[in-house]
Amino acid sequence: MKKARLSAALVMLLTIAALTAGCGGSGGKTDTKAGDDYPNKPVNYVVAFDAGGQSDIEARRQQPLLEEYLGQPVTISYKPGGGGAVAWAELVNQKADGYYMAGYNIPHIILQPLERKDAGYKTEQINSVAIFQKTIVGLAVPKDSPYNTLEDFIKAAKEKPGTITISGSGTNTGPHLFALLLEKEAGIKLQYVPFTGAAPATQALLGGHTLAMAGNSDDLVKYPDKIKVLGMASAERFEALPDVPTMKEQGYDIQVSVDRGVAVPPGTDPAIVAKLEEAFLKIANDEDIKAQMLKDGFEPVAMGAEESKKYIEERTQVYTEIFNSLTNAQ
Amino acid sequence: MAENIVIALGNLINPISLLMMTLGVAGGIIVGALPGLTATMALALLVPFTFTMDASVSLMVLGGVYVGSIYGGCIAAILVNTPGTPSSIATTFDGYPLTKKGMAEHALVAAAVSSGIGGVIGALVLLFLSPPLADAALKFGPPEYFWLSIFGLTIIATLSTGSMLKGLMGGTLGLLLSTVGISPIGGDMRFTMGFYQLQAGLQLIVVLIGFFCIPEVLVMIEKKIRDKSITSYKPQKGVARGVILELVKKPFLLIRSSLIGAFVGIVPGAGGNIASLMAYNEAVRFSKEKEKFGTGIIDGVAASESSNNAEVGGSLVPLLTLGIPGAAPAAVMLGALTIQGIRPGPELYTTYGDITYTFLFSFILANVIMLILGFYGSRHVARVINLPISLLAPLVVFLTVIGSYALRNNMLDVGMMVFFGFIGYVTKKAGFTPGPIVLGLILGPIAENGLVQSMFLGQALGSMFQVFFTRPISLVLILFCAISIALPIVSAIRNRKGGTGVA
Repeated sequence: MKKARLSAALVMLLTIAALTAGCGGSGGKTDTKAGDDYPNKPVNYVVAFDAGGQSDIEARRQQPLLEEYLGQPVTISYKPGGGGAVAWAELVNQKADGYYMAGYNIPHIILQPLERKDAGYKTEQINSVAIFQKTIVGLAVPKDSPYNTLEDFIKAAKEKPGTITISGSGTNTGPHLFALLLEKEAGIKLQYVPFTGAAPATQALLGGHTLAMAGNSDDLVKYPDKIKVLGMASAERFEALPDVPTMKEQGYDIQVSVDRGVAVPPGTDPAIVAKLEEAFLKIANDEDIKAQMLKDGFEPVAMGAEESKKYIEERTQVYTEIFNSLTNAQ
Repeated sequence: MAENIVIALGNLINPISLLMMTLGVAGGIIVGALPGLTATMALALLVPFTFTMDASVSLMVLGGVYVGSIYGGCIAAILVNTPGTPSSIATTFDGYPLTKKGMAEHALVAAAVSSGIGGVIGALVLLFLSPPLADAALKFGPPEYFWLSIFGLTIIATLSTGSMLKGLMGGTLGLLLSTVGISPIGGDMRFTMGFYQLQAGLQLIVVLIGFFCIPEVLVMIEKKIRDKSITSYKPQKGVARGVILELVKKPFLLIRSSLIGAFVGIVPGAGGNIASLMAYNEAVRFSKEKEKFGTGIIDGVAASESSNNAEVGGSLVPLLTLGIPGAAPAAVMLGALTIQGIRPGPELYTTYGDITYTFLFSFILANVIMLILGFYGSRHVARVINLPISLLAPLVVFLTVIGSYALRNNMLDVGMMVFFGFIGYVTKKAGFTPGPIVLGLILGPIAENGLVQSMFLGQALGSMFQVFFTRPISLVLILFCAISIALPIVSAIRNRKGGTGVA
């Protein structure tokens, strides 16, 4: 323990040193002369996760079209860490001139400030430009599992509470919420096992280490000959998996999705936001892009700035309620 | 399949794709050689340029960059004691002492040749054994990861030159450092002191540069001030031939290290850093001249380098067959595949057979190109250390600052690097080696995740014992741990008896 405190103290010292050295550049508020001539220099597009991940792939898909519509180069850079929190904390502290935008995910931007005191940003500081994509969370079991329907699964969980293991990516994430909501709605007890990402969670299911998985639709469509999908947490049936009933159809009103959008710092000139919004919506409505997303297991969405902000507010209410009831229950 | 192979061979002899791949390998080597610029980053930067390329050409280029950058990491490791990529941590152990003895070219040639051999062995494993090995990779669940990391921690015994106690203390410090940030399970904040940047935890490469490179630069300057003696390299004749002859005499060393590398690569989440450390450890264990390791012998470099390049092929096994990347750079390759509209899985070998086989064959070729470039480049690259210290030291520091920042565009990382550099310098003076510390840092998260996830599984099963002690792969790993811990004790006892005259 002493050692822990020592290293903690050392880390703190260093952080102070680094912060004083590094915080000279950022700061300023709205750039008044922006608007008409925007953009007149390259735009920075930050991916809050590692290179090669789904957020990166989406940004790369958009990049050439964004450059075409904005008439300026778009540079993609990565700021992974803390489940995206590091990038979003930086985003809200950047100059609000429209040259710095970052991809963001729901429910992450809602749950992180709820669960952590110092996530570095607040949900309402995420100044959404657009939401362009959804992945639906669903329940999957291996192909050779004895459970063929959601009913089988819930029956088994009722018979032996706490023995059914369900893998998913992370704590307080879409899949985790899904598992918690399923427990609540069906009155069952599961054993949720968090993994460090979607790939290890899938690996655990395919290797038979867990009996089920709460997974994102882009992973669920990848293994048609290895897994059975028992239900999707969406309002309507998911287009890429038309034979899989929704959870709601089966009597459990659960809707969980991971939504991807893009945001700029708070206080950005609405005229700039409108320009970016137009470009992103044009891409989101591109038939070719939509077809690619569907093939990869995503639901294409095209929400503009106002609509996506309303959506974030609505989701914040829903998730805060769930989060509070669950943390109180535990 | 036969026709796919014909198409693949046809693609291979296309001069333009060959040229592109060679450029990919060369570019990869340069990026790999610069500390902080990793294989993952090189690939990520390149992916957008491959959009417009033909799928098979783009994979050839990316494969070339991947191979080249993992090899390139050895150059900085050997010349300035800084792992250019985390995969070459173990290369510093003997590579840098060789440089200090004026034998930089020996080390570089050994690295090039063993990287090439390891890479080809890894590529052959990928070509011939992918489907069965991918199934084996899936057998690795949380308990197996836990035991693998415990086995990995026993390497501390090999890495603590001098004092075992200091090695263990270093390992513990590494494990503690690995807990900074958001806990992977549970999402609690640990040791972040309210700084949001620390949510992301400590970056391995930043700590690596700090612990390995900065103290060495300081020592370099110290030496220059004190006794004017500096490390230098004088071109000698016949170095290459001598090194190759020496390596040929030890085929088991290369084959064993390569197989360890390929195996570790197949297990998703365990990367080249673990592969090279494990291969180094086994090289010491099987060697008749254990005491020479760490003082600058070619075997140490060969073990580490053959293993980390074999890991590249291994990491692509679960990627191509299951769509699960075996290592971080492989994840970027997955992204590139997706963008090309190719979905990993069985159809990769049927529907996309022509592309896949082109890639697999080109991958072998990329390793050969790397060997040739590395082999003939060694002599010239070794001259870098002949730069005057007044130039070399600032240059190295400059590169480490750029590298630490470029990693995730975070200024805090630069501060961390400097901070750990000073810690590294002080602890080095106190007789600590950085090996055990970074080992703890690498294995800590794997051990923690494996332990907690296994306990969840045990809760569901109602038996912790069953989860931890009855699974076949776990049992093998437990046996390895036991042997690894018992062997040094047994040999110590035997030595003591030997000393008193009892045979």
